[in-house]
Amino acid sequence: MTQVHTFDAIIIGAGGAGLMAALHAERGTNVAVISKMYPTRSHTGTAQGGVAAPLGNMEEDRWEWYMYDTVKGGDYLVDQDAAEILARESVDAVLELEHWGLPFDRTEDGRIEQRRFGGHTRDFGKSPVMRSCKSADRTGHMILQTLYQNCIRRGIRFFDEFFVLDLILEDGIARGVAAVEIATGQTHLFLAKAVLLATGGFGRMFAVTSNAHSLSGDLVASVFRRGLPLEDMEFFQFHPTGIYKMGILLSEAARGEGGIMINGLGERFMERYAPTLLDLAPRDIISRSIDQEIRAGRGVDGKDYVYLDIRPETINRCQSAPGGKTVTAAQLEAKLPDIIEMMRVYQGIDPMKAPVPIQPTAHYAMGGIPTDCDGRVLGGSLSPVPGLFAAGECACVSVHGANRLGTNSLVDLLVFGRRSGRAMAEFCAGASPADPVAHAAEEALAELARLQRSRGPERVGALRAAMQHCMTDKVGLNRTAGGMEEALSILRDLKERYRHLGLADAGQKWNTEVLEAYELGCLLDLAEATTASALHRTESRGAHFREDFPKRDDANWLHHTLAFRAGSSGAGPVSEGIRFDRRPVSITTFQPEARVY
Amino acid sequence: MLVALKIKRFDPERKPAAWWSNYKLEAAPGDRVLDLLVRAKDELDGSLTFRRSCAHGICGSDAMRINGTNRLACKTLVRELGSRITVEPLLGMRVEKDLVVDMEPFLASYRSVKPYLINDEPLPADGRERRQSPAERLRFDDTTKCILCGCCTAACPVFWADGEYVGPAAIVQAHRFLFDSRDRGAGEHTAALLDMKGVWRCRTIFQCTLSCPREIKITQAIAEVKQAIVLGK
Repeated sequence: MTQVHTFDAIIIGAGGAGLMAALHAERGTNVAVISKMYPTRSHTGTAQGGVAAPLGNMEEDRWEWYMYDTVKGGDYLVDQDAAEILARESVDAVLELEHWGLPFDRTEDGRIEQRRFGGHTRDFGKSPVMRSCKSADRTGHMILQTLYQNCIRRGIRFFDEFFVLDLILEDGIARGVAAVEIATGQTHLFLAKAVLLATGGFGRMFAVTSNAHSLSGDLVASVFRRGLPLEDMEFFQFHPTGIYKMGILLSEAARGEGGIMINGLGERFMERYAPTLLDLAPRDIISRSIDQEIRAGRGVDGKDYVYLDIRPETINRCQSAPGGKTVTAAQLEAKLPDIIEMMRVYQGIDPMKAPVPIQPTAHYAMGGIPTDCDGRVLGGSLSPVPGLFAAGECACVSVHGANRLGTNSLVDLLVFGRRSGRAMAEFCAGASPADPVAHAAEEALAELARLQRSRGPERVGALRAAMQHCMTDKVGLNRTAGGMEEALSILRDLKERYRHLGLADAGQKWNTEVLEAYELGCLLDLAEATTASALHRTESRGAHFREDFPKRDDANWLHHTLAFRAGSSGAGPVSEGIRFDRRPVSITTFQPEARVY
Repeated sequence: MLVALKIKRFDPERKPAAWWSNYKLEAAPGDRVLDLLVRAKDELDGSLTFRRSCAHGICGSDAMRINGTNRLACKTLVRELGSRITVEPLLGMRVEKDLVVDMEPFLASYRSVKPYLINDEPLPADGRERRQSPAERLRFDDTTKCILCGCCTAACPVFWADGEYVGPAAIVQAHRFLFDSRDRGAGEHTAALLDMKGVWRCRTIFQCTLSCPREIKITQAIAEVKQAIVLGK
């Protein structure tokens, strides 16, 4: 028997966005947070370099400069009303974290210390500015811990290790979710006036990624399957400095502290591509520059990687540290302890003595579930879906446009997590109690049961690997119509094979095999939406680069993409085709210009 | 290289007692133990069960006993272990299935030290940050690194003998707040540490320190907490 729970509001996902929303919705609202992992395992915890806010603790800074950087960084596909909110409210959000106990690094006079980060500038692009508030290179860990600690303090209700399968929508209104308790296999129905989706990204559709195994976009797929649109799915960020072959992230903070990148000829190649900001240009530009170097045969030993060099003698020779100051190994070890350890552990290289091989790694979805500036999810007509909210990486506000700036994922989840939590509480105050639903989640539960009984010839791992390689090869940094059409055909074939999976685990308790199969189905749907959206957009902008359409085309494409599943029903992956619509970009202050760094 | 991977299994829905599975896998020296577990699950036995998420030593999901030592599977490379790798669940915690243990008692101990900043004084009037000097910040830096993986507590012989002992991880969390210059809740953080389940059960065996994947000086932190209690910090 399915167990039924009723709350005012439920939050799916216990990363930064979900916890921030819980803390802001909680007063007077009966809230529960549901997460497929223990909250402190969430991927927010792996964020490294910092969270932006124009505090001006190190040097003059202004929210207008930050807004400009965000808009230009996103190649003018950023909604400027949202970017203004992000830039203005970042200050308050960061200070709130400090008040809640977050151990930021400190200046000599006891203020929050800040560092430089890619694409963040003073005076509308003149030179890098110290805007990123940080705790060494483990800022995300500190944010996640601090938020969860405050949830413990407030006694917020958690359902940990509950896997949410599907959103329940009735007559276009969000009513709750269906979930499985992983430890027992017991099914649960959570009914609520308001549902907030805060499930993070879905980078596991790629072979080389910085994303956790858990990032499979389950609820983003659910929204798509329910006939709601996904926005800007073609914009997926490839972070330039992933550990070669493993994809593990080496923070941009390494370059903020003075590190540089060099090609196989020993050249500081960013001088060619971004003469002002150099190694601190935005990520899309650097990743594409690395790719161009490699394709021109200037990778290290002619291979598909370049070097990140953070040796103190290199930084001092290039005078690339902030203010051209001299740095020592001990100072770098104190500022970047975790990534230096990662280079030692995973690459077996001491980065104080040698440069380390890096390659771009799939990192962040700029697109996702369309929302307004208060987290309200927008449906097909761009009117809010009553009771449905989204925040964090799974949402598309859009403050990142075609390319997110470093640190802005954390700012996004704080600022919009907070706003959506408040909006949700306000919505609950005016909504009638959650009613029982007639046909709750029957499809999702049936799909799970079907998967668990399946004894076909196909294996989850093999299909997942095929999808990941297809996406990295054909829908990665360089895209062509031909490659993406092939990718669509491969993905549709994988969906067909998905109907014939064979699973070994017949048990109910801790059956992670069936859940991984379900996750794969979600990823297949999102991979198709990503590929189809990328094929649809016949221009290059930000992270989306088309070899066959290498220029930005504002006349035809200065708008967001909305992708809909053509026929909408069911809880498993199907290929029913995808249709497109558009959402206008909000342009309030900064007219699109050529993007030069 | 060919690796012999031996994994302790338990599934109460299938058998009342634990058993061992033996797999032979081709592996590279730079592969993580987690990579081998994922491949064993993907290619050889879909029922093999373990927790994992970030796969690079930050989320704390995949603590387990690897060749007799508590480690994160994603932060342990084949080259450190050689061609014979034995993986078991953490000791001292109830096994739910294969490598998955019940973390709830561990987390209850964590919550018992009130692991959050306690300070009800008014915030700075300008709404800005509370000031803290770099030296004050450095004082508790080491214990802010804890990822709640459980390696330390599950390596402690005192905890093995008595699961009621609050364990090193909870004391590390108390330390993180006790030595934060902004915190005013010393008595509340240490209340759960004063009795026979608390900090005095520590026998300074250093197992916790040796097993911490974040290299936190746990034994030292415990000593400092004891000292703070005695001196009435």
